[in-house]
Amino acid sequence: AFFWLVSLLLASLIWFISVHLSDREDAKLQYGLLIFGAAVSVLLQEAFRFAYFKLLKKADEGLALISEDGRSPISLRQMAYVSGLSFGIISGVFSVINILVDSIGPGIVGIHGDSPYYFITSAFLTMALVLLHTFWGVIFFDACEKRRYWCLGLVVATHLLTSGLTFLNPWYEASLVPIFIITLCMGLWAFVTAGGSFRNILKCLSCKQEDDSRVMMYSALQVPLED
Amino acid sequence: MTELSAHLPQFQHGQLTENFPDNHLSNTNDNSERRRHDNSERRRNDNPESETNGQPHNNTQQVVEQDEEEDEELTLKYGAKHVIMLFVPVTLCMVVVVATIKSVSFYTRKDGQLIYTPFTEETETVGQRALNSILNAAIMISVIIVMTILLVVLYKYRCYKVIHGWLIISSLLLLFFFSFIYLGEVFKTYNVAMDYITVALMIWNFGVVGMICIHWKGPLRLQQAYLIMISALMALVFIKYLPEWTAWLILAVISVYDLVAVLCPKGPLRMLVETAQERNETLFPALIYSSTMIWLVNMAEEDPEAQRKASKNSTYDKQAPANQTQNEDAEADDGGFSQEWQQQRDNRIGPIESTPESRAAVQALPSHSQTSEDPEERGVKLGLGDFIFYSVLVGKASATASGDWNTTLACFVAILIGLCLTLLLLAIFKKALPALPISITFGLVFYFATDNLVQPFMDQLAFHQFYI
Repeated sequence: AFFWLVSLLLASLIWFISVHLSDREDAKLQYGLLIFGAAVSVLLQEAFRFAYFKLLKKADEGLALISEDGRSPISLRQMAYVSGLSFGIISGVFSVINILVDSIGPGIVGIHGDSPYYFITSAFLTMALVLLHTFWGVIFFDACEKRRYWCLGLVVATHLLTSGLTFLNPWYEASLVPIFIITLCMGLWAFVTAGGSFRNILKCLSCKQEDDSRVMMYSALQVPLED
Repeated sequence: MTELSAHLPQFQHGQLTENFPDNHLSNTNDNSERRRHDNSERRRNDNPESETNGQPHNNTQQVVEQDEEEDEELTLKYGAKHVIMLFVPVTLCMVVVVATIKSVSFYTRKDGQLIYTPFTEETETVGQRALNSILNAAIMISVIIVMTILLVVLYKYRCYKVIHGWLIISSLLLLFFFSFIYLGEVFKTYNVAMDYITVALMIWNFGVVGMICIHWKGPLRLQQAYLIMISALMALVFIKYLPEWTAWLILAVISVYDLVAVLCPKGPLRMLVETAQERNETLFPALIYSSTMIWLVNMAEEDPEAQRKASKNSTYDKQAPANQTQNEDAEADDGGFSQEWQQQRDNRIGPIESTPESRAAVQALPSHSQTSEDPEERGVKLGLGDFIFYSVLVGKASATASGDWNTTLACFVAILIGLCLTLLLLAIFKKALPALPISITFGLVFYFATDNLVQPFMDQLAFHQFYI
């Protein structure tokens, strides 16, 4: 969350400077600058995700060195999930909390001609974004781990695409539906990347207790034979 | 003390050799839990425990290298747990403060200023306002410095009665007066009809239980809850009575002061910690939040003065279990030890009188009953002033920011990350560290950045319903 916040800070700094250096009155220019700011923000978020990956990798190595059995107590996959989730949560919260607070207060939605579905679409978009960040986190870390740079590029591209689709608001059919399709695809991709498969789901759903295939060996006086 | 130490090593060696790994573990863990996060207000915190004070050093040094890796591993393993143990109370305090600020308008209304900040900020020019706030901050900081030095002087010259009286008066004020005002304002906000008799009963109960919990004994969770509540009340008072620029300046200067006071060799807080370590005692039970606690049962003492010293503290988190079983026996006249037993003991280990000094020395020994203590129960300590200033920062952010919740959340995350980093440094350096500087710096940076830079950006994005 901290890393995401820092990336947002830098992006806003860039946007702020660009706005102040430009002509305030020109609405088209301001609109363009906003889009530019959003794009810069997306790129910075992904850059900071990468930086966070590097940091976690270092910490992981350190933990593995120190621990008793040479493995770190948290797997990289868990870290990827947590990182994605926290990016998503902070991003979602920052996007939606002021809207939520305003929704309590007195007011009428869309009285000036805007869409009356503002709140509900905001809610759905935020949900999609949180899920997307989680999935991107998993895919991103896995891609960095296995050095599949095309995966990385694809993650960044889909993030840019998603952000770009929101520029089509309030034409919600064109923005919400594709974003949800993208969310589903990313979800499946992340699931497969994390090692899931159809068999796993079936096993999970059938709630069968797996036989523990370990054999316990004890001997009062003899040393067990080494294989 | 010297003649006693001549007798003691015999006894000690018997203990130490069998318990080497355990002793050192508890020793180093105790060192690592000497996480003295100092605060700098009128409240001083301290809780130095070092068993090495009471025994010769050379015994423990031999084991140092062997157990260093073990030590590091333990530190890292339990480091995360300690971080969580501090996150929860800090978060709770901030949540209480922010909830109050958002709902009760009393604490955001300007009703005058404290006498410590005499200059007003309602001036015509920006320059005048800046000057006034700098003067206010200077006055406040000098008040704090004077109080700190006074406290250190009092402690050095063993004026314990004065210190305890001071602490009791201030916690009385907080628990009764401030909570009465708080309750009154909450009732006003929600338009709840209430009579004075009920209020008197509630405040009386709240205050008395609070005094008992904080200064004497009580369930751990209750004590922690009370400490969080009084920190929140104090923070609310600061938020109400400090004007804006003064508040930010004071926060900045206090974190610098905290850094200086704890780390400089002549800093007052460092001197306090060292003096308390030399005397192998702890002080100020009301000023530290501790996440675990072990009760120090009264040792049977003829001397009431020493007894008061021994029974003072409830925020120990080690040492005491050693004495619990011993002391419960020692309450009868001959301590429940028959003459025979005493003779036997004298024959074995030489005549040792149970004097206050020897008891202090024994108390200082790492005990092997600690091996039964779950290592994960070792706690962390944070000074209440840290709670207060974190909450002041977040509370001011939620009260006066144009970005509103975004700014509040950003400051909250920044403070928690600062706390994390401070705990990491603590695990590395293993000595008393100031908890304010890193968190407050992050908090201030994030406040001003979010309020001025991020807020317009997010506002524009939300206006067009763009998502990033």
